[in-house]
Amino acid sequence: MEKQNRRSFLKTTALIGAAATGISTKSASAKPKNILSEDRMGVLVDTTVCIGCRNCEWACKTAHNIPTEDQIKYEDRSVFKQMRRPEPNAFTVVNEYPNPQNSALPTDVKIQCMHCDHPACVSACIVGAISKEENGSVIWDTKKCIGCRYCMVACPFQIPSFDYNKPMNPEIRKCDFCIERTKKGLLPACVKNCPVEALTYGPRNELIKEARERIKRYPDKYFNHIYGETEAGGTSWMYLANQDFSKLAFPSPGDKPMPGASESIQHGIFAYFVPPAFLYALLGGIMWITKKRNEPE
Amino acid sequence: MEHFTKPSPVYKKFFTPGVFVLVILALNGLAFLAGRLIFGIGAVTNLNNQYPWGIWIGIDVAAGVALAAGGFTTAALSHVIHKEQYHDIIRPALLTAMLGYTFVALAVSIDIGRWYYIWHPLIMWNGNSALFEVGICVIMYLAVLYIEFLPVVTERFIGKVRMKGIFSILNKPLDAILRILDKGLSKTMFIFIILGVVLSTLHQSSLGTLMIIAGPKMHPLWQTPVLPLLFLLSAISVGYPMVIFESILASRSLGLKAEMNVLSELGRMVPPILGIYLAFKIGDMVIRGSFVYLTEFNTASVMFVIEVLFGVIVPLRMFLSEAVLKSKPLLFVASVLVIFGVLLNRINNFVVAYTPPYSYGPYFPSIGEISVTVGFISLLVLAYRFIVLNFPVMSLPDKSSVPQSKFAIRGTQK
Repeated sequence: MEKQNRRSFLKTTALIGAAATGISTKSASAKPKNILSEDRMGVLVDTTVCIGCRNCEWACKTAHNIPTEDQIKYEDRSVFKQMRRPEPNAFTVVNEYPNPQNSALPTDVKIQCMHCDHPACVSACIVGAISKEENGSVIWDTKKCIGCRYCMVACPFQIPSFDYNKPMNPEIRKCDFCIERTKKGLLPACVKNCPVEALTYGPRNELIKEARERIKRYPDKYFNHIYGETEAGGTSWMYLANQDFSKLAFPSPGDKPMPGASESIQHGIFAYFVPPAFLYALLGGIMWITKKRNEPE
Repeated sequence: MEHFTKPSPVYKKFFTPGVFVLVILALNGLAFLAGRLIFGIGAVTNLNNQYPWGIWIGIDVAAGVALAAGGFTTAALSHVIHKEQYHDIIRPALLTAMLGYTFVALAVSIDIGRWYYIWHPLIMWNGNSALFEVGICVIMYLAVLYIEFLPVVTERFIGKVRMKGIFSILNKPLDAILRILDKGLSKTMFIFIILGVVLSTLHQSSLGTLMIIAGPKMHPLWQTPVLPLLFLLSAISVGYPMVIFESILASRSLGLKAEMNVLSELGRMVPPILGIYLAFKIGDMVIRGSFVYLTEFNTASVMFVIEVLFGVIVPLRMFLSEAVLKSKPLLFVASVLVIFGVLLNRINNFVVAYTPPYSYGPYFPSIGEISVTVGFISLLVLAYRFIVLNFPVMSLPDKSSVPQSKFAIRGTQK
């Protein structure tokens, strides 16, 4: 009962948060992008609660105008026989894994873009078509994208997908954290439609506190780790589970932000164009000296 | 060396049986290219959401850029350090670089999903992106290469603009423009030559930075923070072998005499650079402890061993031998091995080493991808042949035996 109360409380705060970000994204549109906001939003996915109904898949498709089967068809659990990945027409998918604690209750894991705090895709994109928004969403701009797929190479969670069969205007497609909905103060479609409240939307800092609280309260139920708190430098979407995350096919990208190494090398080589300019001057000097030396002969 | 040479067009027929084969390969590639443009990338390639980059990036772009390194390495040798004896190989190397980068640009354009947005990086900048750096440098370097090649064009046409019919009124002004261009270029060329060398070192190394962001998705035998340095060193080390390879091949195909004395001297400079590259590659492996992966027997370890053994160690030993340097066939083999090593290194870095966490099966290039790559290479060779037959690129013995300066203008002399 008490748990239920706290859940609904969180949901209310989440709604307030959504409304707040809805207002703040509008007013902050002039601010530079890709700066981490203190009150960026996130989602806590409690895989121990998820029942694998795949309502989130249906809701996601509906919210993004992707053609979909009737909601009733999603009750078919035979899709879990094979592992699925997000695709151009499926921004989120649920996979099922065995549960060592109770074989009758398999563990279901919803996957979608993690919305990293330091996204590799944003750093990699040749034209800056991907950006980290103030409310935490990592979104893609169709007007800029050239379709080079470097974001796909860079992503540690292997999330962005590409329309390989479209000759004109193929898109990089992935979860956009329902930015069109959250702007209006609505919950992301998957969070809204989850019947068991396995998904909790709220300020990322609050979600971490909540996740810690749950682990502390039910140490037998949860594996003591919040996936996404530090992975790849932290992500907006975070997970709780009843077993080691590697058994649930979560990758181990390490705790450092993915773009760290490449950006420091990149900026080291350039360093405000000093090294290239120095090299230019050096070569010019050598050229001049050797020419002088050759001339008198 | 008492005879003098002068760049001039080679007078030969364009078509030979070999050329016909190339034309067929080129047409085959263009057919698949049309398929890609009409039906999308998925229709002709084996690329998917697990393997976003294939051989169009690994071979056409990454290896293409590396193998065009002959351009900037010879430019540095001849124009920056002023080793005058290498003048004869400058123009063929420049031509290869120019054509090489042109095809790199073409290959990038067809690999990206929205080829008609290829100009976007020029105005939409992301300084954090290694790919942006590569893109901008390649575009600028391509422009520089065209400028460096312009004197060959002016030399060919000054005093020879003879258009017929109504266009004949344009002959005089065109000739004047060419002369002004030639004069301006000979005074300012040094700016572009240095710029070309700087841009090359920048993007050759940034090409190595590209895969660093892939992190653990790249096999640890290749994933290292010193990738940019390894890419730069390998590009420099393949520069002269590539020039030797082309010179021997072109002289054979065009019925010219290969200038073995120049090529042997060029070969003598390979071991130090290749040695440094090998030292860094082995040193990096020891420091990171990645040699443990060599005890496993899989595609990655086999490819790594082939790359280092036959692509670096064997040719390094060969280039150190005086007998190899003096022998045309052996020098050719040694050069081919270095080229093979760098080609394989780029394929390994971009294709073999890429192991996505979720995959439904390994990537292997499709017939369409291979056809387009082979087609592009064939087109490049055909363009090379056409240009050397029509422009003063290859150095031929000069009958008048008057020493010529580099920017001597045919037609204005005498």
